[in-house]
Amino acid sequence: MLQMNDRGIRYIDEYRDKVLIRKLVGLIRDSAHSGYTFMEVCGGHTAAIHRFGIPSLLPPGIKLISGPGCPVCVTGQTIIDKAVAYSRKQGFIIATFGDLMRVPGSLSALEKEKAAGADVRVVFSGLEALEIAKANPGRNIIFPGIGFETTAPGTAVTVKKANDAGLRNFFLLCSHKVMPPAMDSIINDGVNLDGFICPGHVAAITGSSVFEFIPGKYGLGCVIAGFEPVDLLQSVYMLVKQVNERSQSVEIQYTRAVTKKGNLLAKQLMKEVFEPCDSYWRGFGIIPLSGLRLRKEFECFDAEKVFPVKTAREVENQSCLCGEILRGLKTPSDCPLFSGVCNPLNPVGACMVSEEGTCNTHYKYAQ
Amino acid sequence: MNEIITLNHGSGYRLTHELIRDVFAKTFGMEGPLTDSAILGEQGYLLAFTTDAYVIDPLFFPGGDIGKLAVCGTVNDLAVSGAVPQNISASFIIEEGFPIDDLRKIVLSMAAEAIKAGVKIVTGDTKVVGRGKCDKLFITTSGTGLVAGEFAHISTAKNVKTGDRLIINGPVGNHAVAVLGARHEIEFRSQVTSDCAPLNSMISSVLAGCKSIHFMRDLTRGGLAVVLNELASMTGSNIVINEESVPVDDAVRGLCEILGFDPLYLANEGKVLIVAGGEEYEEVLDIMRKSPEGRDSEVIGEITAKKDGKVVLNALTGGKRILGVPSGLQLPRIC
Repeated sequence: MLQMNDRGIRYIDEYRDKVLIRKLVGLIRDSAHSGYTFMEVCGGHTAAIHRFGIPSLLPPGIKLISGPGCPVCVTGQTIIDKAVAYSRKQGFIIATFGDLMRVPGSLSALEKEKAAGADVRVVFSGLEALEIAKANPGRNIIFPGIGFETTAPGTAVTVKKANDAGLRNFFLLCSHKVMPPAMDSIINDGVNLDGFICPGHVAAITGSSVFEFIPGKYGLGCVIAGFEPVDLLQSVYMLVKQVNERSQSVEIQYTRAVTKKGNLLAKQLMKEVFEPCDSYWRGFGIIPLSGLRLRKEFECFDAEKVFPVKTAREVENQSCLCGEILRGLKTPSDCPLFSGVCNPLNPVGACMVSEEGTCNTHYKYAQ
Repeated sequence: MNEIITLNHGSGYRLTHELIRDVFAKTFGMEGPLTDSAILGEQGYLLAFTTDAYVIDPLFFPGGDIGKLAVCGTVNDLAVSGAVPQNISASFIIEEGFPIDDLRKIVLSMAAEAIKAGVKIVTGDTKVVGRGKCDKLFITTSGTGLVAGEFAHISTAKNVKTGDRLIINGPVGNHAVAVLGARHEIEFRSQVTSDCAPLNSMISSVLAGCKSIHFMRDLTRGGLAVVLNELASMTGSNIVINEESVPVDDAVRGLCEILGFDPLYLANEGKVLIVAGGEEYEEVLDIMRKSPEGRDSEVIGEITAKKDGKVVLNALTGGKRILGVPSGLQLPRIC
């Protein structure tokens, strides 16, 4: 259990130090000679950039655009529709990350199903879902597994524990994805980019080496960044320098969490439990080998295999620009639906749903 | 799909406001700004009248219980309207099977808070419903208090002007975190206790000592950010808040960092925003700091201009952003 003493947590102020921030802003201003466009891939970065008012600190020539790294945003409607279908079945409990509660499926959302009487519970990790399964032996617990390399190892541990405990009422609705193929797909779609602020928590698991194809194959800069203002500004500065000096490579700014090799144990666990598969990304379509599915020996935990449900085909609102926004080709204000038809209470596209979605953060922190 | 009530309708954020406006205020023909108390009466004296329903899980939490909450909440709604709280009614909806010992504890704490706040609980009602028809115990309190004519403007914010300073009486977010911890939905342990307290004594010393109190509002559901936005939209004024001046206890800040919450949006039960004239705010601050409920009072910002009713936050980084009203409850984030 998390214990919090009266002193709170350490090392927050150090990374929000005003003097350091001012110094970094000065360095960026002095070295930014022309226009630069960088994409922050991770939704956590998007949220932090807005929360700390980073855009207001940068010179006008530096543009930050948001990529596909909000797991909730890129999860297809089908997964929500399936979770909704399970929630309506007698004797089923949905144990889900909070973000998924409000994501609209084609007909409903888990939050609405809960209000209508379904047993939907918010959990912080798969292990909590496992506890629910143990406490409710007569009922089936569905855990929607979403997220990238950051959350997939946790799900892998959960499935292994369920297996070790011989649990037969815990099921994974698996929609985990991996990041590098999506970044490859963005670049191939021809976006005007000078570099990536690479996802720090994904890289803590994968290691920095998985991004090396980006400078190698495409000549674009990469800096793996932390989530505090000093981290973000230092990363922007490092990217500006890479572009100026034409020294595009993968650099780690977030050295306190990220190494070249990553978290070997977590990677091993993922490999044991999952295998790569093609996966549907909202706004991108199918990206080859960008998803994770349970290996054969763990299939008895696969909700879709054990309880097949029929859902409608993936249909998206044609006016919704989520796809282009996730690719960095458009910004929320380009979208005819933004802030009118599509708002956080009635999200059309998934970018509006999650707190970290590009449209949601733009709506919330409207400049 | 036919619309149904979701928990989001009770969040204190946008959906709550839409519900109040569209379902209640319109139907009941309530006009003008919706304030914490209705100010009634004609010539001579004014009566403030307020009501509030209390549902909380769990009923007992570090720093208080539903009874203390019900008395303090109503006392504070009256006090921030410029009224001297006087009489309170209390109605109880009790679920079959509820332990009478727990009920006694709750009622005792109501009595204790009433004495502390100098109010009388003068009337009430009790209903018992079948098991499962309510969640253990719901309490509704209503209250009345007298408002001196010179303070009638406070709840309407109509005297708020450019240059006024915004003061709060201490750290925000403690109540929400204490309750969240006691609920055990998210497993964490901390020493954080609810700030639940009657504020009428501090407020009456402020009103007695200062002439330029232009607005007051308690920072309950929705937290500081929602109250600031209400003030901005009531007055059309822009507000600038300095993030580093807003007191937040280290434990609350740490938990917010980990859980992905923003303390500015968390509920409090013993905090008030006071808007004071630019020429007098230092005296207001002094008076507040002399009261036990206001020891940690801070000036957090300023009314900058009559413009488009936006709340701008000077972030700790030196950057700026708009502090908006979230559409729904803050949900724990995935990663």
